[in-house]
Amino acid sequence: MERAVIIGVGMTPVGEHWKTSLRDLAVEALLNAMDDANIDGVDSLYVGNMISGPFVEQENLGTLIADWAGLGHIPAVKVEAACASGGAAVQEGAKAVMSGLEDVVAVVGVEKMTDVWPSDATRYLAYAADAEWELFHGASFVALNALVMRHYMHTYGYTEEDLALFAVNAHINGAKNPYAMFKKPIKVETVLKSPYIADPVKLFDASPVCDGAAAVIITTPEKAKELGIPKEKWVEISGMGRAIDTINLANRKDLLRLKAAEVAAEKAYRMAGIAPEDVDLFEIHDAFTIMAALSLEAVGAAERGKGAELAKEGQIAIDGDCPIQTMGGLKARGHPVGATGVYQTVEAALQLRGEAPNQVPDAEVALTQNIGGTGSNITVTILRRV
Amino acid sequence: MRLAISQRKSDSTFLRVMPMRKLLRPIKDVGIVGYGAYVPMFRIKSAEIGRVWGINAFPIEEKAVNNLDEDALTIGIEAARNALKRAKIDPGLIRAIWFGSESKPYAVKPSATVIAEAIGATPHLDAADFEFACKAGTEALQAAIGFVGSGMAEYAMAIGADTAQGRPGDHLEFTAAAGGAAYIVGEKSSETLAYFEGSYSYVTDTPDFWRRQHEHYPRHGNRFTGEPAYFRHIINAAKGLMEELGLTVNDFDYAVFHQPNVKFPLTVAKILGIPVERVKPGLLSGVIGNTYSGATLVGVSAVLDIAKPGERILWVSFGSGAGSDAFSLVVQDAIEEKRDLAPKTWDYINRKKYIDYALYVKHRGKLLM
Amino acid sequence: MGKPMQVSRFWRHFKEKYRLIGTKCKKCGKIHFPPRQVCNECGSREMEEVQLSGRGKVISWTIVRNPPSGFEYYKPYPLALIELEEGPIILAQLTDVEPEEITFGMEVEMVTRKIREFNEDGIILYGYKFRPPVK
Repeated sequence: MERAVIIGVGMTPVGEHWKTSLRDLAVEALLNAMDDANIDGVDSLYVGNMISGPFVEQENLGTLIADWAGLGHIPAVKVEAACASGGAAVQEGAKAVMSGLEDVVAVVGVEKMTDVWPSDATRYLAYAADAEWELFHGASFVALNALVMRHYMHTYGYTEEDLALFAVNAHINGAKNPYAMFKKPIKVETVLKSPYIADPVKLFDASPVCDGAAAVIITTPEKAKELGIPKEKWVEISGMGRAIDTINLANRKDLLRLKAAEVAAEKAYRMAGIAPEDVDLFEIHDAFTIMAALSLEAVGAAERGKGAELAKEGQIAIDGDCPIQTMGGLKARGHPVGATGVYQTVEAALQLRGEAPNQVPDAEVALTQNIGGTGSNITVTILRRV
Repeated sequence: MRLAISQRKSDSTFLRVMPMRKLLRPIKDVGIVGYGAYVPMFRIKSAEIGRVWGINAFPIEEKAVNNLDEDALTIGIEAARNALKRAKIDPGLIRAIWFGSESKPYAVKPSATVIAEAIGATPHLDAADFEFACKAGTEALQAAIGFVGSGMAEYAMAIGADTAQGRPGDHLEFTAAAGGAAYIVGEKSSETLAYFEGSYSYVTDTPDFWRRQHEHYPRHGNRFTGEPAYFRHIINAAKGLMEELGLTVNDFDYAVFHQPNVKFPLTVAKILGIPVERVKPGLLSGVIGNTYSGATLVGVSAVLDIAKPGERILWVSFGSGAGSDAFSLVVQDAIEEKRDLAPKTWDYINRKKYIDYALYVKHRGKLLM
Repeated sequence: MGKPMQVSRFWRHFKEKYRLIGTKCKKCGKIHFPPRQVCNECGSREMEEVQLSGRGKVISWTIVRNPPSGFEYYKPYPLALIELEEGPIILAQLTDVEPEEITFGMEVEMVTRKIREFNEDGIILYGYKFRPPVK
């Protein structure tokens, strides 16, 4: 098996891009990544996108974006795994390189969510839940996460205030990220005073509906050398794991356990040959504050029921033992759903290259974890400085 | 044959047939194997409706209002389930479900099939929706008596349920309410909790109240709905039935009359010479309003909840347009063990939550989005 | 409130939605709701239909204030995870209950109610909801 290294990263700012279409966002991020790697062509393209059909009436994104980016007659496909589409696309791209079948691969994650009415956005996102047994009954993703959050607080004795700390941390870090949607620090009171959208989830417990695109270029170390890319720019994809869980939250054996993340993380750690303690920073899927807590537990950064404890102890800050969401996470950077996993990858790569605005000192290993559905499809990727 | 040719006109082939007797009675004796009522939990006080329209005298105290997710059909489902609990029969043995309502969720598409599916009675049965203003429920019951009494079916279910419509600001708005009840009819046996001695229907073309296609609210003839419509039909039906059965008002322990308000049925009782205390147990309109097709069915259910074996119930509905169905029902021993198998009518009446006019309007689906 | 899909999509689940029919694995006995073709406990494909009692307890709940399109008229509405007495957990709306009355472990029973309508000319979808038991 070949090794896979990221040699170029690119992003658009996350936000409400009223003037920019899905294809233009994707092309911009892709060209930024190609410029970063200083290349002008790739062997194939993987597009991470969750739901362009309902959102912008466009499918066949592989073709659209490769065509519009002028990549010629290359193979190009869309990879879909709900909100984990971006993370899955990065892994598919890495697998293509590792298999030896493709030399230089581009991965772009893109989502354009602001071209529809808010209640329709809520509906379309819920397409990744169980259509017949969840959405049919009026469930939104916020609602499903709220069910988990209330259960978590009740089981482990946490308060809404405790979970709000994840949002506060995300905003502190996002404030320094020029690509973040929200660049304003908030207080716990800001979260607590924000309106309930599905009790106990408040507006500030949730990540925003937004637009954005991010891209990475992946190749083998040999090819990177051949292309003359300086080693400081290499970030190795050293571990990968992916797993599913029941699509329907109610069918979960343990509602407070992201089993898919546990399985994915275990695989990724094994492949990378490391343990959770070796990870210098975590970019986890804090679509809702509750998911930040559960994710930390699932990837081994905290014991079961102790995820929120890490926030209370201040360990999730940049200078803590377990820095998370170093560039704002989904909460402050924004959560353009199918693009999120690629943003996480780009941010982790920038940290490992030492180019992040909120630099974690001497970061060598980063972990990204991307959730699709209500914890139903999860990717864990481990990146390391070469 | 109960019909005889009484007259032959020599100048035409027209035959005039005249009933020798008015009573309706099937070949087999039939009774009720299970009954069940349902009244939604929301109430609006008349004073709250009056506040909005500047009216300060009311026909009733308060009325039942459906929840946002309820309609006549869902009311029918819960009533049917309660009836089934008391009947203790396999729903697959029910060979007809007839649903009487004037607020059917679909103008075209039976509600009865949804109810049949929901209680597990499909597919070997007949199902249909009946409409006759407020007497659609007893109309369904007459049909069920005939269906079972003829031997065509072992069991048949009749349901009357409504989420009645009153034009905002009209005096009917104070009374038009939501509720219903279901009755499963079977051949008279030790399993029947009451049996029918006979019934009688009295119908004329009297347009006292109507709703045209595509209209949201019914129109009514104001005071014309009283004497020539309600009183004439109910009193004639009641008298006709008693006459045919050779009974007098003194033979009945309870009387339940259609109850568009509290005053009308009490006036009927007075005219017929029935003491008020025999009417009160089945007179619920003061606390739940007029549940239209459900009205007497719900009233009788409250009587069955308390009646003793051997007691006799006079049951007379009224539907605008206009007609009345009258039944004489004798309570049997099975009532004692069956009445506790499902929630009683007063359990629903006592389960109440008051809403204001704003929520009432929302519950009635009247807000444009 | 949204254009309906072809009714067949909803119709094929009426039985389960109106009456709470699940499946029981003939091999390991696990009861599933919604019905499954393959047991997610033991992998067996031998299933039989099972009528669930409709009685259970609330294990978590939320109040949906920003619903998916199609449910706007009904907001706010409670949505809950209910552990049925036969074992399976089911997601359903609660009805006839105020948000502040809902508690952990609250007993509920199944009722069939309107889930949503599609405009004035569309079909009406009915299905299970849960409420505090009457009496």
